Amino acid sequence: MTVWRELSLLAGDARLVTAKDLRIEWRARTTLGQMLPFAVLVLVLFGFALDANRPTLRLATPGLLWMTVLFATVVAVQRSVAVESADGARRMLLLSGMAPAAAFAGKAAAVAVQLLIVEALLVPGVVLLYDAEVESVLLVVATCAAATVGLAAAGSLLGAVVAGVRAHQTVLPILLLPVSAPVLIAATRAFADGFGTVAVDGWPWVGLLAGFAAVNAVVGAVVYGPLLEDT
Amino acid sequence: MAAVRLSGAVVLLGGFPALAGVNLEVERGEVVLVRGPNGAGKSTLLHLCAGLLRLSEGQGDVLGCDLGSDRAAVRRRVGLLGHDTALYGELTPAENLQVWARASRVGDADVPGALERLGLPQRLRDIPTDRLSAGQRRRVALAAIVVRRPELWLLDEPHAGLDSDGREIVDNIVTSAAEAGAAVVLASHETGPAGDLATLTVTMAGGTVSERPQP
Repeated sequence: MTVWRELSLLAGDARLVTAKDLRIEWRARTTLGQMLPFAVLVLVLFGFALDANRPTLRLATPGLLWMTVLFATVVAVQRSVAVESADGARRMLLLSGMAPAAAFAGKAAAVAVQLLIVEALLVPGVVLLYDAEVESVLLVVATCAAATVGLAAAGSLLGAVVAGVRAHQTVLPILLLPVSAPVLIAATRAFADGFGTVAVDGWPWVGLLAGFAAVNAVVGAVVYGPLLEDT
Repeated sequence: MAAVRLSGAVVLLGGFPALAGVNLEVERGEVVLVRGPNGAGKSTLLHLCAGLLRLSEGQGDVLGCDLGSDRAAVRRRVGLLGHDTALYGELTPAENLQVWARASRVGDADVPGALERLGLPQRLRDIPTDRLSAGQRRRVALAAIVVRRPELWLLDEPHAGLDSDGREIVDNIVTSAAEAGAAVVLASHETGPAGDLATLTVTMAGGTVSERPQP
């Protein structure tokens, strides 16, 4: 019963942080205002770069889509860090007595919601612009879910690591992009199956994505407190 | 039991001794003014008492919680007004206080009353905090502490940026907190208006308490 109550309090605090971050983003529209036009531009410009060669575009679609999501993750996490850095706001999280794991989960969930919005734009975008065909909706959805949780957790964890660094906006991509390479590879392979562009079984790659997400979520929940205190 | 008890407290920030052996006791119901020039270590002292900094050497406890091993418990029971306001600029004052109250598990029923008490006009309560003046933001930050009703108030330059009306409100809040049994530590580079509130004044310089407390 006590464990259930603790989990319920953690979930409530996490929801509070997620709602707070999303409300801030809704007011400022900093992240989505940058990410959505960027995502559309990438799709259109790649179309020009590959001379509207549909077979080539279809082959490149999974990798192109996940590279775009990866860059969107950098923008979303940078904003998530900036929200807590401005005017000492991080102190609110520390002094509230909220469990650091809840704060971490809340911030990662807010990043995940923003990434899902980007993905919800990108997937129909490649179908429309590149003539890509979704052969397995379930696989595409599962890949998006697992990859998004992994990227949001890893990004929020590294965001906390670099929060105290003066040049954190430069340091974050240098750390986050290589760490997220397994997500890029696995999500691209799984999407290749989901879009039917390569004969490969995508589900083991979804398993890898889920493992990556679980590891980063657990590590983030454990170390977020000390990281928050040190920055 | 003293609200704050420090013995030989040393805090190193990047290897530099921001506090270099501070001895201090603050009783409940007391208002202590820590005065000193810029860089004397006043803000570091307040952050240490709030459980935001680690003791590098020495011993200390706040509200009966050890500053070495139980800083999380300290943080849950103090209120800190720093140089920055710790507010989210995109949220309104009411939303900031609601987030803070819910995260602190005190409920948000007192939020309107706290904003009223700090004299923030109704028309300013529902606009983003970053559109408020510095003095108005400071009032909101103080309202956040009022909502929490901490056992130890740590106020860094509490009168800075406030008009005479705001300073009077701060004085009333500090006085009633002390009367209710909370300990209050004020930090200021000059005795000024904070000196009138203090029951004890401590002078700091170079990271140490350079004068013995005078009642």
